[in-house]
Amino acid sequence: MTDSDGHGGGGQSERVTGTGMVKRGLATQLRGGVIMDVVTADQAKIAEDAGAVAVMALERVPADIRRDGGVARMSDPALIEAIMGAVSIPVMAKARIGHFSEAKVLEALGVDYIDESEVLTPADDEHHIDKWSFRVPFVCGANNLGEALRRISEGAAMIRSKGEAGTGDVKEAVHHLRNILGDIRKISNCDPTELYSWAKELRAPVELVREIAERGELPVPLFCAGGVATPADAALVMEIGAQSVFVGSGIFKSSDPPRFARAIVEATTHYSDYEMVAKVSRGLGGAMRGEESASVATRLSERGW
Amino acid sequence: MGVLALQGDFREHLRLFSSLGVEALPVRMPAELARVRALVIPGGESTAISLLLESSGLLDPLQARLRDGMPTFGTCAGMIMLASEVLGGRPDQHHLAAIDISVRRNAFGRQRDSFETDLRVAGLGAPLHAVFIRAPLVERTGPRVQVLASVAVPGGTQKPVVCRQGPVLVTSFHPELAGDTRLHELFLGLLPGNERSDTQTLDNERTEDVRPL
Repeated sequence: MTDSDGHGGGGQSERVTGTGMVKRGLATQLRGGVIMDVVTADQAKIAEDAGAVAVMALERVPADIRRDGGVARMSDPALIEAIMGAVSIPVMAKARIGHFSEAKVLEALGVDYIDESEVLTPADDEHHIDKWSFRVPFVCGANNLGEALRRISEGAAMIRSKGEAGTGDVKEAVHHLRNILGDIRKISNCDPTELYSWAKELRAPVELVREIAERGELPVPLFCAGGVATPADAALVMEIGAQSVFVGSGIFKSSDPPRFARAIVEATTHYSDYEMVAKVSRGLGGAMRGEESASVATRLSERGW
Repeated sequence: MGVLALQGDFREHLRLFSSLGVEALPVRMPAELARVRALVIPGGESTAISLLLESSGLLDPLQARLRDGMPTFGTCAGMIMLASEVLGGRPDQHHLAAIDISVRRNAFGRQRDSFETDLRVAGLGAPLHAVFIRAPLVERTGPRVQVLASVAVPGGTQKPVVCRQGPVLVTSFHPELAGDTRLHELFLGLLPGNERSDTQTLDNERTEDVRPL
């Protein structure tokens, strides 16, 4: 997608939008930061005030989606636009898995990132969105490396662990990060002839598997999502190898959202400085109550393939 | 060399310096700032970096180092942090006023308007591949600021995207993303003792080496 700038002078040439580098480039800028779920413009401002690097605009946080049941869909464009108008940081929004028309609507609204998310009810039980056909970048969830690579092959410019959204239980996110990072470490050390069987086992393109072997990391940033509820949770997933943290229900279901938001931001930056993590955790008040991920009726992390 | 590592793409800068054989350290705390001779403020979200600078206790020591003329390179959010005036920012956002420019945040629009292009930069020869991500633009430059590159904006005017004032260098875009090391090398040339290498062309254009504001 190219635009000539039409002005000639100054020596600059054609401008190209929507490239892989431009899409991944924004994810790269969000590293070491916290992306917060918000359901109103006021919450978006609280998130920005606390140092969020981006907000996820949605009608209900995952904990409420779980509680309410029913079909969860893309949010009302009026709500997304109100949030985009309220803050200067990037705004993300969720489309259902496979629902490329919801994604086209979000792109038309001008959101900065689309989350093709298992937190919403999937719209296609076979196909994810062809994300290459969009100018706006996508983030997708993954439980394991194969899933991450399939999403990247479809054009995802950022991968996040799925975790078990809305539970406040970080165990599944830890499990997913360890799955992804553990397999990357194994592939980095394997014999080149083994890459083909890795590709078969992961159900992923061998070119991507080879790229993993060469780089020792995903070709796009890997963030953590699903169940982060405290500063120490954020430190844990950053230590394990996440590059940034999504916090869904954990902030606005806590007893003091502005303080929790700020504390999680600080802990994400200074994740290996435990005096700092202790300082921001001190007297913080009640984290979201949550529920153990193993006991939930609907396992959101099992959606997608 | 230090790279401010509070938030953003500091890892890309660290890797780039390492590829040039320059030892670079992440800077998150005042003791780390005290160990470096020069600093990069990377891309990221300037609102978040501003808050974290304060809570990490880095704001005052960093301002003192900038007053003392520490060579500093700001890319994207780093340019916003180093500017003397920020337009479209938050009223409580800190800026370090190390270079006399007014910068508008998100000047090209939202992410769908982010782009890559080839850009001519004074003193660098062949065009540089530049990646602009929700990038800022310079709306005003003070008399002591050298403009090294500009882009056209709607209406046909040119606005600066690479500026230098003494030992402070800023870019609207992300030279750390595209793999071209020439701007980093130019910055290394601004360090005391290195002046004769890459900055010769620039210094010939005009410079009494001025101290930052």
